[in-house]
Amino acid sequence: MKEDTPHIAPPGAADPAKADYAIEVEGLSKSFGNRVVVRDLTMRVRRGQIYGFLGPNGSGKTTTIRMLCGLLTPDSGRGTCLGMDILTQSRAIRRHVGYMTQRFSLYADLSVRENLEFVARVYGVPDPVGAARAAVTRLGLDGRGRQLAGSLSGGWKQRLALGACILPQPQLLLLDEPTAGVDPKARREFWAQIHELAADGLTVLVSTHYMDEAERCHEIAYIAYGDLLAQGTVDEVVASAGLVTWSVSSPDPAALARELADLPGIDMVAPFGNSVHVGGHDEKALEAAIAPLREREGLTWRRDQPTLEDVFIDLMSRSRDNFQ
Amino acid sequence: MSGASAVGGFFRRVGAMMRKEFLQLARDRISFATMISIPLLQLVLFGYAINTTPRHLPTAVLAYENTSLTRSILAAIENTKYFAVVAHPTSAAEADHLMRAGDVSFIVEIPAGFERSVRRGESPSMLVAADATDPVASGSAVAALRGLIETAVRRERFAEEGGPSGSGFETAPPAFQIITHARYNPAAVTQLNIVPGLLGTILTMTMLIFTALSVTREIERGTMETLLAMPIRPVEVMLGKIAPYVLVGAGQASMIVLAGLFLFDVPMIGSLSLLTALTVLFIVANLSIGYTFSTLAQNQLQAVQMTFMYFLPNILLSGFMFPFAGMPEWAQWIGETLPLTHYLRMVRGILLKGADVSDLLNNILALSAIMLVAMVIAVRRFRQTLD
Repeated sequence: MKEDTPHIAPPGAADPAKADYAIEVEGLSKSFGNRVVVRDLTMRVRRGQIYGFLGPNGSGKTTTIRMLCGLLTPDSGRGTCLGMDILTQSRAIRRHVGYMTQRFSLYADLSVRENLEFVARVYGVPDPVGAARAAVTRLGLDGRGRQLAGSLSGGWKQRLALGACILPQPQLLLLDEPTAGVDPKARREFWAQIHELAADGLTVLVSTHYMDEAERCHEIAYIAYGDLLAQGTVDEVVASAGLVTWSVSSPDPAALARELADLPGIDMVAPFGNSVHVGGHDEKALEAAIAPLREREGLTWRRDQPTLEDVFIDLMSRSRDNFQ
Repeated sequence: MSGASAVGGFFRRVGAMMRKEFLQLARDRISFATMISIPLLQLVLFGYAINTTPRHLPTAVLAYENTSLTRSILAAIENTKYFAVVAHPTSAAEADHLMRAGDVSFIVEIPAGFERSVRRGESPSMLVAADATDPVASGSAVAALRGLIETAVRRERFAEEGGPSGSGFETAPPAFQIITHARYNPAAVTQLNIVPGLLGTILTMTMLIFTALSVTREIERGTMETLLAMPIRPVEVMLGKIAPYVLVGAGQASMIVLAGLFLFDVPMIGSLSLLTALTVLFIVANLSIGYTFSTLAQNQLQAVQMTFMYFLPNILLSGFMFPFAGMPEWAQWIGETLPLTHYLRMVRGILLKGADVSDLLNNILALSAIMLVAMVIAVRRFRQTLD
């Protein structure tokens, strides 16, 4: 884990009396046709927290986020967003929720300022022109206010989209893979901003594929093929997986990985550069499986800690087994 | 590489491309529907609905006496098949109102003491007034009028009197005169009919296209998701999208009307303010329909296809290109559901006949109803969610 990972205690947790939830949903399900996209999802997000939402492509993350902000109607289940019912009060919820879509969805043929002014007017922000101008400055887009949004680079588009989301001062931000296709520097700046917003009391639900981003969240949830598989802090999720891992360096990691994959007791094999990551749920079975290989020439074995990625890959493969 | 294999490769690649195109075509239902329905639609409309020498034109009979002769005349008029008596007004003012409103194309006026005058051999006159705003519609009927009625009436009279019938009677001097009077467009200038019609069709086409694309564009560009997540109601989105085009349409309408007045000498007999108000109503109605298409179509291409499919009956069945009265009843019913039909009556009525609100009330109500229906469908169809 990185050292700069901000494991700040969420503000809600410090004072149990104020431990009130921004999102509280129970048994949410959604199908498209006969394909179940989200199944019986229950989750809670404390106010002021940054909540990471992880899972493979097509796992139901976007669908869940859309249900939270009223863009999709759940087939079953119930819940509240900012204390308002997601089924009956979705219009009121929209006023206080900022939703940043996966794909850039502001108007490409409007300028930066015009986009921000439009958002400010729809949300009834007082002095939309002034608010938009202030937002342009805050976003560091000075001098680009008249530029068409469509002509911005990926990083700037993402910055503008976030700026548009927080312009109406929402209480909850729903960010759907906000950093996809953004360079590492822009990503780091983006996360710094998210943490500042959370420190001011904003709740943030953010979906991502990046493990380092997951580790920047106060809590994470892992969803695969419609099922919520793990939930909690990063450490809790890693510990609850009950995964034992070994790292083995080899001159031919690909061949070794193929050999290991078929052994009983080994649940997870992943080549990493010159080494292979091996993991299993049953410590004894795993050690029995690798015992004959421990002595082999050229291999260096080392017991290590499972990473978040190990845990997710493992969760995913187990879930896929159930799914198929 | 040998020539044969090069040729083989050519056909293989063309074949692969064709196969792909067919697959895509079969999957694109709207394009497929367009391909089948447009020829079918044209065939049915031109084959059955459109008649450039229309018959059964609506006629009002203003008879100041009811005698056996007038009954014979009316029977003869109907026997020509060109005229269908649909109204029996009791005053000239009532008859004029019917014509201004476009309810009748002809007024047959039979003066009091007509039969007595005929019997006395005074050769009295009966008046047939034709609405000549559409010269095509009235022309052939007027041309056929004189000979047909005279022959028919005289044949009937002699049949009644039991007299001999033969070729000699046709050459006898007429027992009465028929005076035809082409109203509103006596010189039968086609432009006077076409220019007001163009005003309606141009507005229909442009207004439909503008709004038909408006919602699908948001969906295609992905901006719809952000829009839906905002606290804005469907009706607010619709009105906000329609409003700018009302101005655009009003600008277009002014251009066409000015060109009509100054370049084509189209008269402006009625009230300009009434024309303006009704033009705005018509523009809003078309924008609402276009917006409805936009909520039904999956993408911009489909929206354009829908607009085109809708535009075709508008051109053919509204009375713009072909006489409305000449169409069979089912086609007239379809025509009545099109805003352009009502607007054409309004524009021709106001510009050429000086029609006022009371003359056009039915058309105003119908146009408003069409607009409301389109708006309700659009607002209901507008997906507030991505479900």
